[in-house]
Amino acid sequence: MTAKADSSPSGAAPGARSLHRFANPGRFLRASARVQVWLWMAAALVLGAGLVWGLLLSPADWQQGETVRIMYVHVPMAWLAMGGYTALAAASIMSLIWRHPLADLFARELSPVGALVTALCLATGSLWGRPMWGTWWVWDARLTSVLVLFFLWLGHAALTRAFEDQERGARVGAILALVGIVNIPIVKFSVDWWNTLHQPASVTRLDAPGMHVDILYPLLTCALGFSLLFGAVVLARTRAAVMERRIRALQLARARREEAMGA
Amino acid sequence: MTRKKRRLYILLLCGLGLGSATALTLTAFQDNLVFFRSPSDIMREAPPANRAFRLGGLVEAGSLERGTGADGKPTANFRVTDGAHVIRVSYAGVLPDLFREGQGVVTLGMMQPDGVFRAKEVLARHDETYMPPEVADALKRAGHWNPAEGAPPPPAEWNTAPRRGG
Repeated sequence: MTAKADSSPSGAAPGARSLHRFANPGRFLRASARVQVWLWMAAALVLGAGLVWGLLLSPADWQQGETVRIMYVHVPMAWLAMGGYTALAAASIMSLIWRHPLADLFARELSPVGALVTALCLATGSLWGRPMWGTWWVWDARLTSVLVLFFLWLGHAALTRAFEDQERGARVGAILALVGIVNIPIVKFSVDWWNTLHQPASVTRLDAPGMHVDILYPLLTCALGFSLLFGAVVLARTRAAVMERRIRALQLARARREEAMGA
Repeated sequence: MTRKKRRLYILLLCGLGLGSATALTLTAFQDNLVFFRSPSDIMREAPPANRAFRLGGLVEAGSLERGTGADGKPTANFRVTDGAHVIRVSYAGVLPDLFREGQGVVTLGMMQPDGVFRAKEVLARHDETYMPPEVADALKRAGHWNPAEGAPPPPAEWNTAPRRGG
């Protein structure tokens, strides 16, 4: 690491130097440009294969029939909603302790995507619940805690954008994200701790998955595909945000120069 | 470095406080967070009269009687069990597709003086197993599983079973 590792135009906080190599926005842009192409291609390939496998080729369930195919979208969305939130919390810790400008941008660009996948999880779950359970919605612990998760995503997206000073918005958003992390174990374990209408976990349990492999493997493929797509979208948004910030800094510098020359 | 360390410790402390506060709150509200109560819960602590609550459990094998009410609506009488205790349930209305003997159900209604639970709403509760129809048929034919009796055998016994024939 050289001493001049931080080429961030906005001039990061003094602590942001030399800690994480890829937190340097310039290096991040160069490295992610290469990664991004592969990420999009892998996402298209894996998700395409997973969706064809899950929606067309996999067997129906013995009692749910074809309705079970909603799972191939619903479950990956639920995993991404929780996994994405954990990433948001990790970025928030980096933002609060090490004052990483890149972690701020990442968190800010992550939350709208997180809100979207959580909304899709709730919508597909509702569509699935109506024919199977006999209701669109109940206030059981699992469904309610996922709704809270959705509001946390929305709140973070709104809060980080609500301040004139972006850095302050990022700080307040990070605090909200970290307070909200208590909800993640509640979402995960709600089905074990309390009686719920929602069934317990099928895949992540101590003994064998309660799912036949012909249903499990397409599900895992879809989950990987959606995760790659999620990663690609968030990466593209973060890149755009970094570039936007550079442009703003350059414009600011030019305006200052012109002002100085005019004076 | 000290400032970073201090921020780290403050964050850890806040996390500890927040975590314990949440754990305490959830423990305190334990009774209100359950979506339904099992027959054993109700035997242990009788629900207040004339208060609606949710009763959940499995539909006992051989207990389902379907009929038609005086107003032409379908009716169903069945027993809900959790293995230890049983409660009789009567319901007038259309049952969800997944409803069958051995299936989990959650019913909303009130206890009648005669000890029958009159349900206003019946929801089917799906378990966490996903099985292709051929595999389920093979298990039933081999006598390993009768769905009316309850949960399927441990997944390790069937989740890699070949899927052939119908």
